[in-house]
Amino acid sequence: MNPAETIKYIEDTLIEKKEYPAFKAGDTITVHYKIKEGNKERIQNFQGVVLQRSGKGVNETFTVRKISGNVGVERIFPFSSPFIEKIDINKKGVVRRARIFYLRNLRGKKARIREERL
Amino acid sequence: MTSIYDANGKNVPCTVIEAGPCVVTQVKSKDSDGYDSLQLAFEDRKEKHTNKALKGHFNKVGITPKKVISEFTRFEPGQVRAFGDVLRVDIFVEGEYIDVVGISKGKGFQGVVKRHHFRGVGESTHGQHDRLRAPGSVGASSWPSRVFPGLRMAGRMGGQRVKVINLQIMKIILEKNLVLVKGAVPGANGSYVIIERWK
Repeated sequence: MNPAETIKYIEDTLIEKKEYPAFKAGDTITVHYKIKEGNKERIQNFQGVVLQRSGKGVNETFTVRKISGNVGVERIFPFSSPFIEKIDINKKGVVRRARIFYLRNLRGKKARIREERL
Repeated sequence: MTSIYDANGKNVPCTVIEAGPCVVTQVKSKDSDGYDSLQLAFEDRKEKHTNKALKGHFNKVGITPKKVISEFTRFEPGQVRAFGDVLRVDIFVEGEYIDVVGISKGKGFQGVVKRHHFRGVGESTHGQHDRLRAPGSVGASSWPSRVFPGLRMAGRMGGQRVKVINLQIMKIILEKNLVLVKGAVPGANGSYVIIERWK
């Protein structure tokens, strides 16, 4: 096998594929994330705006940003992570670019994102 | 390289190595050759690219010509391999630690900062210019009137035999003869490496 085929084989067989509803930058989502504390497992929710989707295949990740106590918090999740229980989409936002890093410099009313009309 | 998730859900960077099947093409012994060793051959080579001498060597074992031939002198005690034996990845165990030897990627002619981790001049002001990554002094003047041998300087970097020790085996795929090793190994993608094990 050549190197590219081998890597593809590994990624196809060893990494579990997961299906989530489609979302893109600008959407507001809730990530239900499993957290292990000792032997106990509980689920934490992380709700915020998607800044970007990055990478492809099993290495794809997405960045979620929320404002927590006046401090911006960003978290990067891999799509293939076994800790993600599920992803809910709360709002579909309308933005013009695929990566909305400009949101980091905006606060309050300016940081609003127009909602998609159905 | 790629990455997999281990039993705890941690994302572990891994290198995939195709290890085998390796055929024992020659057994050297103290009586006949003066030392003990095993010769292993790996990966098929086209018959038209093989010279007669090698063809004869492989015909003796009764296998198709192989690309890589390597000799191994250290054995695990009690493990005797005979002429014509086939070694596969099942000689490894998941979770054990191995060493990997390979030829590192060639870096070309490199300066001392990259090649020997010199720190460079450090500042671009205070009278310094154009010498941010310079090596500095290479020795004293009238005595010894020469540069001592072995002084670290700029030059060719990489392309050398490098051994990385204590890499953990994360996963073994028997049917494809693949070993997933935690971390990076020397060499470019698709190059050949030697796996060693100490017990």
